[in-house]
Amino acid sequence: MNENVDKKLAKVKYKTDGKCHLEPDEAKCLQCLEKVCTIVCPAGVYNYNETEKKLTVSYEKCLECGACRVLCKNISWKYPNGGKGVVYKNS
Amino acid sequence: MSENKKVDVIVVGAGPAGVSAAITIARGGKRVVLVERGNFSGAKNMYGGVIYSHAAKEIFPNYKEAPIERIVTSHDYVLMSEYDSTTITYKNALEREISFIALRPKWDKWCVEEAKKAGVYFAPDTIVRELVVEENKVVGIKTDLEYFYADIVIIADGVNSILAEQIGLRKELKPKQVALGVKEVYKLPSETIEQRFGLINGGGREFKLVGGPLRGLMAMGIMFTNKDSVAIGLGASLEDLKSKKIKPYELLDDLKHHPAVADYIKDGELIEYSAHLIPEGGFDSVPKLYSDGVMVVGDAAMLVDNVHFEGTNLAMYSGKFAGETALQAIEKNDFSSDMLCLYEKKLQNSFVMKDLKTYRNVVDNIMSRSDSYLGYYPEKINEFFEIFTGTDGCEKREKYIKFTKKFFTQRSLSELFKDGLTAIKLLFGVFKP
Repeated sequence: MNENVDKKLAKVKYKTDGKCHLEPDEAKCLQCLEKVCTIVCPAGVYNYNETEKKLTVSYEKCLECGACRVLCKNISWKYPNGGKGVVYKNS
Repeated sequence: MSENKKVDVIVVGAGPAGVSAAITIARGGKRVVLVERGNFSGAKNMYGGVIYSHAAKEIFPNYKEAPIERIVTSHDYVLMSEYDSTTITYKNALEREISFIALRPKWDKWCVEEAKKAGVYFAPDTIVRELVVEENKVVGIKTDLEYFYADIVIIADGVNSILAEQIGLRKELKPKQVALGVKEVYKLPSETIEQRFGLINGGGREFKLVGGPLRGLMAMGIMFTNKDSVAIGLGASLEDLKSKKIKPYELLDDLKHHPAVADYIKDGELIEYSAHLIPEGGFDSVPKLYSDGVMVVGDAAMLVDNVHFEGTNLAMYSGKFAGETALQAIEKNDFSSDMLCLYEKKLQNSFVMKDLKTYRNVVDNIMSRSDSYLGYYPEKINEFFEIFTGTDGCEKREKYIKFTKKFFTQRSLSELFKDGLTAIKLLFGVFKP
């Protein structure tokens, strides 16, 4: 978890979708050395737990930018359902 | 297909490109549906703060009625080193309005209201999952709930354009073709903003910042004044963030703490954080813009001039050209690519493609030497001004000699030569017809 980005995200409004719209291929994640998604995602959606060997996906924080989609081909990436997800008010 | 599920044109995405296309078609008296995945238009948008008046006027002659924040009267270019900064400021009179600052959730919403008045049917909360293709022609859209049909579909679904990729008009994006933008908005009383930024009569100020805390990346900071908030953000090459393993929000924090920025946003309350991709590939990343029954506009067509940070204006013009083309196609009852290629011709004959062509190689050239152009030289310029503006009882001449010597030893001659050569190539590229 990254406290720094979570403080920023606390100011963002969301209409959370009940369904996860980001699905990484877990088997491939285990083999992936770079795990670039854990670095470049501006919302810190992806976190890799070394001890459990598991990538957690906090999809409800997603800002729908698509950076992970461009950098990693192992993520099945969709937009959230209509009207759901991030709602900017001051951007 | 039932008749009540077919219209003349469906536009997917209600950003500046989509709304411009839709309103053009509705004004021509044709039936058009504007589909938006957000709860309202603007809910998903993020940008560099500036909308150009001439483009706004082109689509909305009554744009002065729109909710805007401030008219830009001051444009600042800031070269940062680690601690100090050198700024060039261009000021224009309020009356000679070139551009204005607007909040997209308000501006885009207003644009859609105008489109509705012109007869556009607006469908928010609607995500288009794919285009319906029959015999290689695009004939409609598939949402989460149902199918809708049209003679023409205009793709305005933004930089990620899932739809342009689906039908093969666009290839998968490469990290080099996009920048990641992150931005924070700080609430401050408008009097404080006016005092700190030296503004009167509703004037506004926008900044472009390079060097220093941006660590020599292919990156640029932005700062601009809303009515009662200040936005600070940056765009950085996704390729660079990846290869240098930099978290975008940490880079933004570094920028925020630089004195060139920190004093302006001091004591402000963070009210929003946002992120978005920015098309960065320029001329060579513009995809095929049309096919049978379909056209691509705005960010979905990668139409961003990243030398001048123009995007919304290119989006609006491309939407208008696509809208005009759709009207002509409906008139002739011909929706084939032979007809829709007119859209591409209109773009090519306008500033949109001409400017993109002019700057074709600029980003590649700067990227190849970003550590020098966006790191070393801003630092040297600040070092020079430190000498020039200060005194410590030592002789100036000696200082100049020391500065010049350092300039030629800190960076090897061959690197300096390459920097110069790239700069010449860059200029030649711009002036080449």
